[in-house]
Amino acid sequence: MVSTTPTDQPRPARRGLLHTNPSVLWFMGLLGLFTLGVSILSEGMGIGVLSTSMVKILGMTLCLCLIAVCMDVVWGYCGILSLGHFAFFGLGGYAIGMWLMYARTEIVIRDSLSGATIPPTEVEITDAVTAQIFGVVGSSELPLIWSFAGSLPLQLAMVVLVPGLLALVFGWLAFRSRVTGVYLSILTQAMTLALSLYLFQNDTGLRGNNGLSGLQNIPGALHVPQSVLSMWFFWASAFALGAGYLLFAWVVSGKFGSVIKAIRDNEARVRFLGYNVEGYKLFVFALTAVVSGIAGALYYPQAGIINPAEIAPIASIYLAVWVAIGGRGRLYGAVIGAATVSLMSSWLTGGGAPNISFGNYRFLWTDWWLVVLGLGFVAVTLFFPKGIGGLFDYLVRKKP
Amino acid sequence: MTTLLEVSGVSVTFDGFRAINNLSIAISEPELRAVIGPNGAGKTTFMDIVTGKTRPDEGSVRWGERQVDLLKLSESQIAKAGIGRKFQKPTVFEEQSVRDNLAMALRNKRGPFSVLMWHMTREDAGRIVELATEIGLQDRLDDRAGDLSHGQKQWLEIGMLLAQDPRLLLVDEPAAGMTPAEREHTTDLLKRAAQTRAVMVIEHDMEFIRRLECRVTVLHEGSVLAEGSLDHVTKNQQVIDVYLGR
Repeated sequence: MVSTTPTDQPRPARRGLLHTNPSVLWFMGLLGLFTLGVSILSEGMGIGVLSTSMVKILGMTLCLCLIAVCMDVVWGYCGILSLGHFAFFGLGGYAIGMWLMYARTEIVIRDSLSGATIPPTEVEITDAVTAQIFGVVGSSELPLIWSFAGSLPLQLAMVVLVPGLLALVFGWLAFRSRVTGVYLSILTQAMTLALSLYLFQNDTGLRGNNGLSGLQNIPGALHVPQSVLSMWFFWASAFALGAGYLLFAWVVSGKFGSVIKAIRDNEARVRFLGYNVEGYKLFVFALTAVVSGIAGALYYPQAGIINPAEIAPIASIYLAVWVAIGGRGRLYGAVIGAATVSLMSSWLTGGGAPNISFGNYRFLWTDWWLVVLGLGFVAVTLFFPKGIGGLFDYLVRKKP
Repeated sequence: MTTLLEVSGVSVTFDGFRAINNLSIAISEPELRAVIGPNGAGKTTFMDIVTGKTRPDEGSVRWGERQVDLLKLSESQIAKAGIGRKFQKPTVFEEQSVRDNLAMALRNKRGPFSVLMWHMTREDAGRIVELATEIGLQDRLDDRAGDLSHGQKQWLEIGMLLAQDPRLLLVDEPAAGMTPAEREHTTDLLKRAAQTRAVMVIEHDMEFIRRLECRVTVLHEGSVLAEGSLDHVTKNQQVIDVYLGR
C-alpha cells in the first residue's frame, strides 16, 4: 500500500505519520531487513559472503539514498531544481575529513616521537602534523580553517553548520530576489562550480586537488579491522537514512507538505494566500543542505578519500537524474532511483558486467555506460514521467 | 460604514503604456461593489496594485482604520492584513484534495514552523465542512481539486477566499464559464459575503451585475469614468460611448 496524498483524512482527529503514510512503515521494514541481511552476510560480523569493499559500497549507497531523499524534497516537493546539493554533501565530508586526517596524523607523530630522549613540545607536534598534512601543497603553516581540526565535537558541529549556513546565505540571496526555475538551477550550479574550482587551488587550506585521504582510518579505533569498521559505518548510514526518511516523511506530510507542493505548482497564488514563500523555500533548502552534509560525513570515511572533483557540478546533475528515474514527489522513489542507478553504475563501470562483442567492435561498459544512462533518463522522462516509483501506483490500484 | 480601502491618484505605466491613470477609488466595509469596463481599462492591473503584485509609479493605497500604506507591504503581508483575491482563471492547487486546498487557506498562523507543527483541530475541520457546504462541495472534500468542473473550481477558489476570512475580497470575473444555475449560486455567495465585509467584483456580464444590486464603478483607460447605481451609470452618455455602445 502506498499513499501519495497523506492528509486525506475523513476524521479530524490527530493521527500518526505511519497511519497516514503506510509507505513509511514499508520502507522502514525493508531497510531493517536489508541491514540485518547485510550484517549476517558480511565479512566483519557474519558468514563472510559479502566482502568488506562490498559492504562499503552498500554503506555508501545508503548515504547516496539519503541525499537523494533530500533532493526529492527540495525538487520533487518544493519545485527547486537545485544543482548544488552535492556541494553540501562534499562540505560535510570535508568537515569530518579534517578531523579524521588531523587526529590520525597526530597519533602517528606522537608514536614516532615518543622514543626520543627529549619529549617533544606541543608546538613541535603541531608543526610536525602540519608538515605531514600540508607538505604536499608546499605549506608549513596550519590554515586558519583547521583551527578546530583536533576536536571531534567541533568538527561534527561543522558538518551541520557549514552546509547549513552556506545554504541559508545563498538561499536567502537567491530566493529574496525571486530567482526561480531554470535561472535558479543555473545559479546553484554556478555556486557548486565556484566552490569546486576554489577547492582545487593549493592555497585554500584543503590540500587542493589532493583532497583529504586516509579517511577510512578512524582515530581511536585504529586497531579495529576494516571489516568491522565498515559494518559500523554501514549501520550508521542505515540509521541516518532511516532517521532522515522519517524526518522528511513527517515534513512533507500534513500542511507543510501541502504548502511546499503548492509553491511548486503556483508560488504566486501561495503568496496571495498570505504565506511567505521565500521563508518556506529557505527552510526546505537549508534543512536538506544540513542532512546532505550529514550524509556526506558518513559517506567519505567509507570512500576513504575526498577531493574537489567530488563537488563538481556533474555529481549534482547525477543526483537529479537519480531522483527523476526513481520518481519525483515520493520519497521511496528517490531511494529506489539512487540505489538502482549508483549500484548499476559501479557494477557496470567496475568491470562487473561482461563486455559485449559485435564482430570487430567490443562494446565496453566503461565507455558506454553514460550513454546508456542518458538514454535511460530520456526514456523515463518521455514514457514514465512518474519514474520507477510510479510502478507502485499500478500495484496499489490493482488491489481490491 | 467606514472607508476600508482608499486608492488615490495612482498611476502605472508599462513600457510607455499607461495602464492606470490617476485612479482614485474607495470602498467601505461592509459594501458590495462591481467594477466594469472594456478590455484594457485597467481592472486587473488595479487588483494587482492593491494586492502588491504591481508597484505603481505614483499615488497611494491606504488600508483600514490605521491608514496602513499597502505599497510598503509584500503580497503575503497584504494577504495577512485581510485582502483576499480570486483570480480570473481559477487557480486552485489541482494536485491536492479539496480539503487540503481549504485547509491551506484557513485563517491560521502562516510561518513555516507553526505550519510544520499544525494539526487539524475539530474547529478547523468543522470550518472546512461549513465552507464546503456553502460552496456546494461537501461531498467532494477528498477528491483532487483538479478533478472538479470549471464552475466547481471557481467555487473552491471563492471558498478558499472565505476561509482566509478577509475584510476585503477582490473577485475577478467569478461567473466566467458558469451555467445560469451556477451563476445564481455565485451571486448569492457574494451577496452573503458582502453583508459582513467589503467585496469588489470585476465582471463583464451585465445581467450578473444587475443581480448583485450594488454600486457600480466604470473604469476606462485606467481611470474612473462613472460611479453610482447600475441604472445611473448605464444612462451616462460617456459610458454608453466607450462601453455599452460597442
